[in-house]
Amino acid sequence: MAKAKLKTHSINREWCKGCGICVEFCPAKVLELDEHEKAVAARLSDCICCKLCELRCPDLAIDVVCEKEKEGTSEN
Amino acid sequence: MEKSVKFVQGNEACVEGALYAGLDFFAGYPITPSTEIAESLSFRLPKKGGKFIQMEDEISSMCAIIGASLTGSKVMTATSGPGFSLMQESLGYAVMAEIPCVIVNVQRGGPSTGIPTHISQGDVMQARWGTHGDHSIVAMTASTHQDVFDITVDAFNISETYRTPVILLLDEVVGHLRERLDVPPPGDIPLIERLRTSCSEGIDYHPYLPREDGRLPMSDFGGVHRFNVTGLYHDMWGFPSDNPGVVQGLIRHLVDKIQNNVNLLARYKEYHLEDAECIMVSYGASARSALHVVESRRVRGEKLGLLELQTLWPFPEQIVREKCRNAKHILVVEMNTGQVMEMVKSSVDDPGKVFLANKVDGIFISPTDIRNILRVVQGKGV
Amino acid sequence: MAIKDYIRERFFPHMWCPGCGHGIILNNLLRAIENLGLKKNNIVMVSGIGCSARISGYVDFHTLHTIHGRALAFATGVKMSRPELNLIVPMGDGDALAIGGNHFIHAARRNINMTAIVMNNRIYGMTGGQYSPLSGYGTSATTAPYTNIDHDFDVVQLSVAAGATFVGRTTTYHVQQMVDILQKAITHHGFSVVEILTQCPTYFGRKNNAGDGVEMMKLYKDNTTSIGSKKKQENPDLIERGIFVQKELPEYCDEYKNIIARAKGK
Repeated sequence: MAKAKLKTHSINREWCKGCGICVEFCPAKVLELDEHEKAVAARLSDCICCKLCELRCPDLAIDVVCEKEKEGTSEN
Repeated sequence: MEKSVKFVQGNEACVEGALYAGLDFFAGYPITPSTEIAESLSFRLPKKGGKFIQMEDEISSMCAIIGASLTGSKVMTATSGPGFSLMQESLGYAVMAEIPCVIVNVQRGGPSTGIPTHISQGDVMQARWGTHGDHSIVAMTASTHQDVFDITVDAFNISETYRTPVILLLDEVVGHLRERLDVPPPGDIPLIERLRTSCSEGIDYHPYLPREDGRLPMSDFGGVHRFNVTGLYHDMWGFPSDNPGVVQGLIRHLVDKIQNNVNLLARYKEYHLEDAECIMVSYGASARSALHVVESRRVRGEKLGLLELQTLWPFPEQIVREKCRNAKHILVVEMNTGQVMEMVKSSVDDPGKVFLANKVDGIFISPTDIRNILRVVQGKGV
Repeated sequence: MAIKDYIRERFFPHMWCPGCGHGIILNNLLRAIENLGLKKNNIVMVSGIGCSARISGYVDFHTLHTIHGRALAFATGVKMSRPELNLIVPMGDGDALAIGGNHFIHAARRNINMTAIVMNNRIYGMTGGQYSPLSGYGTSATTAPYTNIDHDFDVVQLSVAAGATFVGRTTTYHVQQMVDILQKAITHHGFSVVEILTQCPTYFGRKNNAGDGVEMMKLYKDNTTSIGSKKKQENPDLIERGIFVQKELPEYCDEYKNIIARAKGK
């Protein structure tokens, strides 16, 4: 993956079940679980746009959009 | 086109009926005494562009026809006793998911492996209650090859009309007997084709919402409507639901769509019932012997009649009650320990006048067998 | 997120437990389908019974949620009738290889064009943690309180022996490989099997002290390796990942087309 710049990193808190998979396997340690056991991007500027959190999220709750790629058609 | 005259086995008459009705897909597994149906269709179906597959067992055969039906095909499987037992779970699935399909059970002696090459009519109650849970079902039978042909066409029509599996309960004698069959020209017997939804793409389609007339228009898998099919209780879109109202509504619908149409679904033949003092109630191969007794005794002036049932489920209680009202004796002729006799007893005004003329040794019940029992019932002794 | 176009959003959040690998399979299966550009109307997903089987409810395809173990048999009927449709058949390990084992080997033998995904979590989750034919010797389950004496199948070897013309294996940790193998399996013209090791932290993890979803995924990272890797030679206990078989043989529906031609020609 070419160096992409993060545009948005959104986490659907309704869908997130707080399993911590994204937190553990993020190579840049961007994510954390908050006091409600939901994933949050605590260090957003460190994100390297590898999208592994999005791919490994069992709840389909993470959406990483990067500058370089074409924007998806999806909502919010 | 002319009719064609054939000299065939009952199993082949069933094949002719299925092809006449527009069978597209057959899946089956070899088992005596139904195998000729699979053999014949493996030859005939591809000639008309249809599909035949021999599956790894009866379970998968029943599953495969359900899958094929969902794509819009007219489908059938054929089996006998043990295979019919194996099909029960997926038969229930077809009831629940309202899948049109025809299941032929050429009955042989049971339970278990039983007596594979000999006749029995022991699966009548299994056809009704073989799969678990409350439900309703259609099961039909016939005694002559012409009737096997007609009832097979009928079975397809009923399965499409009511979106239900229809069981054809043939038996070893009818299945293997050879006699004349006239196959009518195409168009002589009206065919009921699948009712498909008129909803266009993008319109919310409800695969499980009955119309006012009770029918449920379908949409083929691969078409423009994507929906869910499940064996769980489900809402009008086919998605699982345990909402009590949805559960009750669905079970009521599944039972009522059959039970509210008992008389519409009833197929039967009557012989000399007008003045009959003794009425035989029979079906399938047994009815052949019963009819012989009636016709031969009528010549001697004995007031015998025959009510031959072709629809066994839903049981035509009202018809049996009315037809048998004035009889002194009612003799149920069947080759089991009284499965239809119990239904006749619960249908008629006076169960005390219902008797059983049966045979359960694997040998076909003969007119002589029936006559001997008839004498006892009539108080004439042996 | 474009994969949201492939799901029935109203049923989310889904019913799987926190950390369950099944959601990761759903996630990456949809990515594979998106990458291939398949039309939703051309996909039929057939599932059986169990946690795995619920996957069909979440996707916006033609979906057939059937009975336990028989998904491939239903799928065979669909495919034979409409060979142009893409058949995807996700199954649990008990679903595919215990109650459905016979259908599995026969579908493979026929080389009928569909993709069987074995979501292998080594346990019956929906019923509360009983041992499956893939739990393995020495594991614990609610029906193996003194440990399991049943040996497990090797899904890959079984599929190869049964005649599957595409056989792959990956894990929920190796998501990019999962997308890649699933894409190749779906485009393969014949019967394809993809075994995906997927964690059940709720039952298998708890019963076998394997930890939560995160810990179980670390085990997939540590205990697996690419086919034929040096690591495998050094440590034969590692489970191999990758594509084991990929070959072209006559496909069943194509063969039946020939049967029709032969029958009509006579």
